[in-house]
Amino acid sequence: MKPLSDTLSAPDTDEAAANPVVGIDQTKGDFQYKVAYEFDAGTGLSEKTVRYISSVKKEAPWILEFRLNALKKFLSMPMPTHWATKDLENINFDKIRYYLASGQKPKRTWDEVPADIKRTFERLGIPEQERKFLAGVEAQFDSEAAYSNIKEIVAKQGVIFANSTEALREHPEIFRKFFGKVIPTGDNKFSALNSAVFSGGSFIYVPKGVKVAQPLQAYFRINAENFGQFERTLIICDEGAEVVYMEGCTAPKFSTSTLHSAVVELVALKGAKIQYITVQNWANNVFNLVTKRGVAHEEAEIKWIDCNIGSRLTMKYPGVVLKGRKARGEVLSIALANDGQHQDTGAKMIHAADETTSNIIAKSISVGQGRSTYRGVVHIPKHLKGCKNNTECDALLINSNSRTDTYPAISVRGDRHAVQHEASVSKVSADQIFYMQSRGLTEGQAMSLSVNGFINDLARQFPMEYSVELKRLIDLEMEGSVG
Amino acid sequence: MSQLEITNLHVAIGEKEIVKDLSLTIRSGEVHAIMGPNGTGKSTLSKAIAGHPDYTITSGDVRLDGKSILDQEADERARAGLFLAFQYPSEIPGVSIANFLRAAQQARMAEGEELDASAYYKRLYSKMDLLKIDRKFTSRSVNDGFSGGEKKRCEILQMAMLEPKFALMDETDSGLDIDALRIVADGVNTMRSPNLGVLMITHYQRLLDYIVPDHVHVMWDGQIVKTGDKSLALELEAKGYDWVKKELAAATG
Repeated sequence: MKPLSDTLSAPDTDEAAANPVVGIDQTKGDFQYKVAYEFDAGTGLSEKTVRYISSVKKEAPWILEFRLNALKKFLSMPMPTHWATKDLENINFDKIRYYLASGQKPKRTWDEVPADIKRTFERLGIPEQERKFLAGVEAQFDSEAAYSNIKEIVAKQGVIFANSTEALREHPEIFRKFFGKVIPTGDNKFSALNSAVFSGGSFIYVPKGVKVAQPLQAYFRINAENFGQFERTLIICDEGAEVVYMEGCTAPKFSTSTLHSAVVELVALKGAKIQYITVQNWANNVFNLVTKRGVAHEEAEIKWIDCNIGSRLTMKYPGVVLKGRKARGEVLSIALANDGQHQDTGAKMIHAADETTSNIIAKSISVGQGRSTYRGVVHIPKHLKGCKNNTECDALLINSNSRTDTYPAISVRGDRHAVQHEASVSKVSADQIFYMQSRGLTEGQAMSLSVNGFINDLARQFPMEYSVELKRLIDLEMEGSVG
Repeated sequence: MSQLEITNLHVAIGEKEIVKDLSLTIRSGEVHAIMGPNGTGKSTLSKAIAGHPDYTITSGDVRLDGKSILDQEADERARAGLFLAFQYPSEIPGVSIANFLRAAQQARMAEGEELDASAYYKRLYSKMDLLKIDRKFTSRSVNDGFSGGEKKRCEILQMAMLEPKFALMDETDSGLDIDALRIVADGVNTMRSPNLGVLMITHYQRLLDYIVPDHVHVMWDGQIVKTGDKSLALELEAKGYDWVKKELAAATG
């Protein structure tokens, strides 16, 4: 099939000038390699685009119908600017490229991974011990998986670990039942957009009682200008099963705005445990508008660990619907907003059964003119008993023109619940920096150390390699913020 | 043998001149005490030497081993061998003392060079043993929720680890009960060596009962007005600062 359009539109330099982003060290994600794209849906969004994507993927008719229905919803829904930032209006949907694929088949061993892609990983500065991890990685290269071998290992346990296209084609009996159920198409404008044009993302099914020993991992990048990445992830953990999933994202820097709009749905059946870990470092022109939600059944546990660094605007509120008795939900969130960036993040905890427990710890750091916003929803209805929620949100301001806002919405009815909420705002003081400098640390090192200290109690709960990566990303951000 | 040379130093905060034409030379192995009532510029002197950005040096010079340090940032001065023990040390939540000191050591190494972690901990523990500090201490966040005594002990441990050429100790005794004072003084005395020069700033004579200085200077209105040996401190204790004031009035009057 021929691409609808084979030209990339020219960088829109005016738009870049309107949003000057100074002092950010983005060298980490600032690169791209030439890739011959075999499939290209061209720019702009119409029924034709959606049909093109669906036909390239050789999808079943029900999926095409699902996509077309979603497109209608997307087009009819207004931008949520009555509560969210007006910056959303700057997304030019006509300039976005909704589907690109290199047409390469997923690779089995590291040796078979194209040198370009390996170089990409190298440029990301992944240390030796993390490369070992990558040897077992399901790495997302643009729309399609470029590398995968952990699949075989976990397949022996009956685990299905596949990209969304493959899983919907080969295992519809498992995935169709849950697909789009946790996050309905019309949940919000961007979940509707994703539902219309999704490609890539992981589908995982862990059978009853299976505890997956190694974390399953994916690494996403945006490698084409104007290319929106709309991955769709669905993880189903059957009764008593356990899995940890990690995603890391970085994107090259382009002068035009790019859009990343993912949907991630988790289903933890009775007694299951899912941990979903994200460390993102988007380039500062990326709109990162993601819907993440899980349903925890009886005695199940869902834990979101979410770190957002970079992007122009991130809007993301991982949620857990606590559907079964004694279900537990947790969101640990770290956001760093540098100059020209807005991190609008938070959490949602919907208690829908007795004795359910939720915990939210959110820490945000605002650097320079960066802005961080916490939005939280905790809902405990009247007919339930024995529910518990703990919410803590702490903000750290680095400069006097940094900004933070907190919008916690906690609605608790009934008198048989325990709810606790704490919020704090602190600032890195000049005295603190001088103190550290007088010990020989440079101003940048001192800032980094303060920030790392601020998030330390959260970062300690992360898997080792992710807390190391997080620390390195923060060091890079802070280096650029001083002097 | 090192030398810290302060010559005709003038320091201002904003428009206000605090230190006025102060000169003082400290050599390795010497302990100097600067005494004086509140508001005479003692703390200003130590912060200005350490490179606090709020303090402007309007004229004069500070030289370390003959080289002016005035165009250096605070961290460069620290790496060159200065150490300021703070009167009110800052808290750094979430950063353990061990990690903080490790970062400070790492900052002194050449780019690309990695600190040997096991050697570092060995050294840290030996210094802690020397200063009779409990091993658990360094896993706590720097000064976070510390008592006055613990904060000062943390300063002393940092000083021991960073092995400066010159230590500026700003009111190290303030806020300490007698037991804490003794611990801090023991620490400083343990570190006294021909390789370390100390400038101790204090309001009270009592610290000097524990750390016996080689030279005592009395500071008044931004200047050193009297210099002597440890007996000067005792004389001050007996006669009070009014004595200096009267002498000064007589001399200028």
